[in-house]
Amino acid sequence: MSESASGTINYLSHDKSIKSWLFTLDHKRIGIMYLIAVSLAFLAGGILALLVRIELMAPGETIMSADAYNQTFTLHAVLMVFAFIIPAVPAVMGNFVLPLQIGAKDVAFPRLNLLSFYLYVAGAVIALAALLVGRIDGGWTFYTPYSTSIGDGILYVSTGVFVMGFSSILTGLNFIVTVHKMRAPGLTWNRLPLFLWSIYATAIVQVLATPVIGITMVLLFLEKFMHIGIFDPALGGDPVLFQHFFWFYSHPAVYIMILPAFGIVSDLMGTFSRHQVSGYKFVALSSVAIAFLGFLVWGHHMFVSGQSATSSVVFSLITYLIGIPTGVKVINWVSTMYKGSVQLKTPMLYAIAFLFTFSIGGFTGIMLGVLAIDIHLHDTYFVVAHFHYVMMGGNVIAALGGLHYWWPKMTGKMFNETLGKIAAGLVFFGFNLTFFPQFIMGAQGMPRRYYDYLPEFQGYHLLSTYGSWVLGAGMFLILGYLVASLINGKKAGLNPWGALTLDWTHTTTPPHPHNFLETPIVTRGAYDFHLAKDLFASGKEVSEVVTSTKH
Amino acid sequence: MGDKGVFWLPDAMSTFAGEVDALFWFVFWTSTVLFAAVVGAKFYFMFRYKRKDETSVPDAVHESKLLESAWIVVPTVLVLFVFIWGFDVYLDMNSAPPDSYQITVRGKQWAWEFEYAEGVTTFEEMVVPVGRPVKLMMSSSDVLHSFFIPAFRVKMDLVPNRYTSLWFEATQTGEYQIFCTEYCGTTHSGMLAKVRVVSEEDFASWIAEQSQDLPPEQLGEQLFAQCAACHAVDGTVKIGPALNGIFGTQQKLADGTSVLVDENFIRESILNPALQVAEGFQPIMPAGYTSMTPKQIDGLVAYIKSLK
Repeated sequence: MSESASGTINYLSHDKSIKSWLFTLDHKRIGIMYLIAVSLAFLAGGILALLVRIELMAPGETIMSADAYNQTFTLHAVLMVFAFIIPAVPAVMGNFVLPLQIGAKDVAFPRLNLLSFYLYVAGAVIALAALLVGRIDGGWTFYTPYSTSIGDGILYVSTGVFVMGFSSILTGLNFIVTVHKMRAPGLTWNRLPLFLWSIYATAIVQVLATPVIGITMVLLFLEKFMHIGIFDPALGGDPVLFQHFFWFYSHPAVYIMILPAFGIVSDLMGTFSRHQVSGYKFVALSSVAIAFLGFLVWGHHMFVSGQSATSSVVFSLITYLIGIPTGVKVINWVSTMYKGSVQLKTPMLYAIAFLFTFSIGGFTGIMLGVLAIDIHLHDTYFVVAHFHYVMMGGNVIAALGGLHYWWPKMTGKMFNETLGKIAAGLVFFGFNLTFFPQFIMGAQGMPRRYYDYLPEFQGYHLLSTYGSWVLGAGMFLILGYLVASLINGKKAGLNPWGALTLDWTHTTTPPHPHNFLETPIVTRGAYDFHLAKDLFASGKEVSEVVTSTKH
Repeated sequence: MGDKGVFWLPDAMSTFAGEVDALFWFVFWTSTVLFAAVVGAKFYFMFRYKRKDETSVPDAVHESKLLESAWIVVPTVLVLFVFIWGFDVYLDMNSAPPDSYQITVRGKQWAWEFEYAEGVTTFEEMVVPVGRPVKLMMSSSDVLHSFFIPAFRVKMDLVPNRYTSLWFEATQTGEYQIFCTEYCGTTHSGMLAKVRVVSEEDFASWIAEQSQDLPPEQLGEQLFAQCAACHAVDGTVKIGPALNGIFGTQQKLADGTSVLVDENFIRESILNPALQVAEGFQPIMPAGYTSMTPKQIDGLVAYIKSLK
């Protein structure tokens, strides 16, 4: 057993063999393995996105054929949605942080946790192989009858997605039980960090929504091999039924993607404002409310699908019921800074950027929820811009904030703060330059999933492509300095951001393999900085672990 | 569209397009004001409460119930207002007047077909009278498609095995773009057409003119519009081979053999496209053209024969 420089063992140093990683039951190591896996998916999806943008610099063929383009954007979408965004925050940061924040030694079912990871890898490999071998096109939605008309590839893609989904279900189950059963003494629900509230809400959706993918897959197989007409009009099936199934899963999945981001932003806002998160109870409970309401709005993707006008009206109304708590959360995050003590470190810059980009995503969501307007905007670039503002401007920007925030805890190293700020600026500017022009061309009528387009849209496409380069440069810069920090980064202090949650106050950096040597006892809320003034009285970085874990 | 100087939305050319736009602008400006307030507050707080002293730990802020209620109630009222307004316009868009002129629209990979009440059929161009409600009864013969005219603010999916419909009343003569907005395969982005809005008199005479029997070559030229997404007639290679100047030549096939391009080859290639595939191309031509009448096929053969 090797010892780190400080003389305490940590989860990275106590056993360095490959085997100790591959068969680890330690939630922190599983979190790190997820981090590597989803980063690879994100890198691949990102490179595909850059290729898509280069192809769209001019109408007609630029660098690839129509079929190659259609397969490229499909691969981009499937990788980003199923292999990256859905697992990213819950599986990486949820795994790493959740037990640390509730004062537990691990999640409730560590073996199940490792199984989730390998299911994720297996599912991703199956889906990716099916997409590449089957040369699948048409985007991540796989609407029938097109998707079933191009061969059997869709059957295997849905199998892959379902296997990944199972990983999601097991992770969700694990988190729900852990949060219910393993909180440290004194850590009441009202003191829980908001990140945990949102991971908890996410877990509910993961457990309840994901089985629908399995049902859809079984129906596709039944249709294929037993010729029971379910979706295929040639067999008397209804292709619109597939859309209902698809969105019955995929809309709640949107909340799997965004709820964890809410949690990260809440933690960042509280910590870097050194202030209670405004409207704590509202922010916490509305996440759970959104998780449930998220099951009742799938039809707002189908206003022009031929579903009945009455359903469309009901779906539009419920969509607003979700919009309101989400909007109120944004106001709560902003007002957390009011009379706070705001420190603009890199993670906080991402939280601030999130408020900007996610608000645009939210307001344009209201626009799309209006029945009469959605008819015009549906399936145009307006929608593409909207969901990138929510998924990337919401989830990815928040996830970057979280990654920078917990990076010292995960690795024991500080990244270069100056480069961090520059990269945050590049990502923010590049992101807006990429996607804002897409709102305008979408409103003007540019349809999505178009290989070729009318010349009048070229200006917007060019801006968007240039933006993607700035965004890409920012992302590669982040990759560069994070990797560099592993090699020559400054050693991280125990609590460099001055946070009050157990992951920072009661564990070493990086944490001990068993997290806590003594069970922590919680005496205040996650953001009750006013009750912890003594901790900051010296004006120096908080350097004492509250309950000593030193040998 | 963009060339008319309208920045966000294309020019509004149908009766309810103006109502949709009014709603768009209401949501747009309300959102802009609220967004500016949120971002403004954010920047103000960021700098006003910037940490100056590392020891500073601010006291908890007493939360104002009045303020909190306000920022729940005000957005709720606003979105309900927008919902009801949107619902009202949506009802208009969903209720075609009973005296509408009906056109049957058929979508297939990758062409539009428009059949008028008088029995006339056109491809690639839909002609409608100005100032008269027009109802489209739509269906698809293969996969999903979606019919979109930005200038009219209308869109509806075409579904196999069922009819869907939409209606509009054009307010000005002119030519406007039709897009397919539901992904339908390789040439999805080439599945375009135009809607030409003409006066009632022009429409009547156009219909009368179209109703006469066309000579085969002209009939073929008209039908060829549905082939144009994939086949050029000027030598350009698209998804499929260019068709000019091929008649009477030897065509190399993917299996290494070659075949004389004659009347029978053209007929076979339309009805059974996967049987003999030209060298260098994929066998992706849809089978949806098998429903052509012998007369239509004769017309296409005559037209392709005439291409130099």
